[in-house]
Amino acid sequence: MSDLTTPPLLEIRDLHVRFAVRNGQVHAVRGLDLTVHRGEVAAVVGESGSGKSASMLATLGLLDINASASGSVRFDGTELLGAPPPVLRSIRGGRIGMIFQDPMTSLNPVLDIRRQIAEAVITHRQVSPRQAESKAVELLEMVSFPDAVRRARSYPHELSGGMRQRVMIAMALANDPDILIADEPTTALDVTVQAQILDLLRSLRQSRELAIVLITHDLGVVAGLADTVNVMYAGRIAESGPVVDIFHRPQHPYTIGLLASLPRLDRPDRELTPIGGVPPRLYEEPEGCSFAPRCRYAVEACHEVEPPLERVEASMVACSVLPMRSRTAEGSL
Amino acid sequence: MPFLLLGIVTIAFCISRLIPADPLASIVGVRQMANPTIVAAARQKWGLNGSILEQYWVFLKNLVRGDLGISFRTRKPVTHDLLDRLPATLELAVGALVVGGVGGVALGAYAASKKDKMADHLSRGFSLLGSSLPVFWIGLVFLFVLYARLGWFPGPGRLPPRTKPPGHVTGFYTIDSLLDGNFTLFRQCLWRLVLPCFVLGWAYMGQLSRLVRAAMLDEINSDYVRTARAKGLAERLVMRRHVLRNAWLPTLTILGFSFAQLLTASVLTETIFQWNGIGSYAVQSANTLDFPGINGVSLFAGLAFLLANLATDVLYAVADPKIRLA
Ligand SMILES: Nc1ncnc2c1ncn2[C@@H]1O[C@H](COP(=O)(O)OP(=O)(O)O)[C@@H](O)[C@H]1O
Ligand SMILES: [Mg+2]
Repeated sequence: MSDLTTPPLLEIRDLHVRFAVRNGQVHAVRGLDLTVHRGEVAAVVGESGSGKSASMLATLGLLDINASASGSVRFDGTELLGAPPPVLRSIRGGRIGMIFQDPMTSLNPVLDIRRQIAEAVITHRQVSPRQAESKAVELLEMVSFPDAVRRARSYPHELSGGMRQRVMIAMALANDPDILIADEPTTALDVTVQAQILDLLRSLRQSRELAIVLITHDLGVVAGLADTVNVMYAGRIAESGPVVDIFHRPQHPYTIGLLASLPRLDRPDRELTPIGGVPPRLYEEPEGCSFAPRCRYAVEACHEVEPPLERVEASMVACSVLPMRSRTAEGSL
Repeated sequence: MPFLLLGIVTIAFCISRLIPADPLASIVGVRQMANPTIVAAARQKWGLNGSILEQYWVFLKNLVRGDLGISFRTRKPVTHDLLDRLPATLELAVGALVVGGVGGVALGAYAASKKDKMADHLSRGFSLLGSSLPVFWIGLVFLFVLYARLGWFPGPGRLPPRTKPPGHVTGFYTIDSLLDGNFTLFRQCLWRLVLPCFVLGWAYMGQLSRLVRAAMLDEINSDYVRTARAKGLAERLVMRRHVLRNAWLPTLTILGFSFAQLLTASVLTETIFQWNGIGSYAVQSANTLDFPGINGVSLFAGLAFLLANLATDVLYAVADPKIRLA
């Protein structure tokens, strides 16, 4: 849970990411704020294209060359945006591990997995190749890779998607990082494997006091794992807060929409209502609230001014209509 | 494979018989053509009696025994002639392959890592020159400038003038001179290889470096490269261990082919550099309408391509783990 006494481990403030494209630019992240404390699991949820990957890649300085990032990303007191390459390199894979959406393509096809994991170890520690290799096997065992000793020399194409994602996790945790950024770690996997990977993350988090930034477009994977939820829309936070509040008292119309489109075990007969419309393409700045064109609560003012992120109860919400209503409704009670 | 082999053999035979000239004339000489006894004897001796099919059959039967006939020109068995000249050509082709292969991969990787910078443009220009300038022109210019004018490199020929070749063991002067313990000669032979190898290998280097550059730029945006960076690997290692390791796989596919090309395309280089190899043998055979000789050279070229393709498949299987398993 957010602990107000200790400083946050990762603090992103007013992050902007722009991609230069053929005719102009895409303003993919437009002033993102995100706070992650030690040992905390912070979920970042949003539709595809909302800027989740771009903001995390910006954090580690891994954006494509046509991108530029501005704002502030502080990790344990160090500013990462614009940090010199050696500083970034020591943090990447050292204190911050990252795993990606597609374990099929995220591993090098021509190197065996032991070698790829050992490489992560050797990059950050003074160890012999042999020590790194046995550490790699240990790591495989830690992520419950079956028959790790014998299968450590496998090549990625010999493994299933779930096993590859375990390899990715082993690699990301090779140097005992403080934080793991997991960018849609289960999106490419089928449902049962998804659950296994989430279980693994949950147990790793407990055994190593690991903070996790869990990126997903599926609110469903968040419930059992996250402490806080950050809902992103069109490159900004629409709403963020403790997981309980987000699920039980959503304040932003977009969050409400996301929840309504979620199948629920306790109410299987309920009709799912997907949100109509599509997110704005960020070639030009949206006028007013970026969600207004799809919002059923929108009033005229919503199309004119972009609402700031404001505290509503335990959450932060960027909406000028709904929280007001709930506040007045509560007030009139 | 056996069919391919038969195809090559047949084509080689056809080529030699399709040349619109009477081979007899070149054996006995134009003046003797009027003398029927001499002509008949020559026909008999060179197996030129009978129909073309019969000739083909004789040719096949001899071939199986490794007999390519007797060269009209040198009066020695063609197999002997070819084997005698093979080391010279191999020495040249291997050297060119090393120059082109190492240079091409290095240049391509360098250009890719400096994409769109000055160094990239320069190295691409250099590659383009290599693959577009004609070999004979490069060869002559190099000899003129670097040998005749500046004297930086030795002139044509496998050996310095008036030098005895090393004792014949393998036929490779570089190896034989080492076996003799003659290091001076070894250095001289190696040094004499530099210019012709570069001339021959430059085109290949150009081809290869463009391929490597394109492949690397393709790979640079792959997910596994991002993973490598996310590990904290230095950019130099990302390039070498991850990008290049994947990017050079497609270059293997042209490696074997290029070697065969180098072997057979050495005609011009060998002529310019007075290299007594199979290339110059081909030229001499063609000039004298020496059918067995021409046959032998075409067969050699076909075989080289066939073996090179085979070697490519094997190499690829060794290098690519996905194929290794299958
Ligand atoms: N290299 C790039 N060049 C141009 N646009 C990009 C690039 N990478 C991402 N984008 C754009 O940035 C936006 C956010 O992308 P991304 O962060 O990948 O979204 P998410 O991870 O939330 O699905 C998208 O509109 C995408 O098209
Ligand atoms: Mg993404």
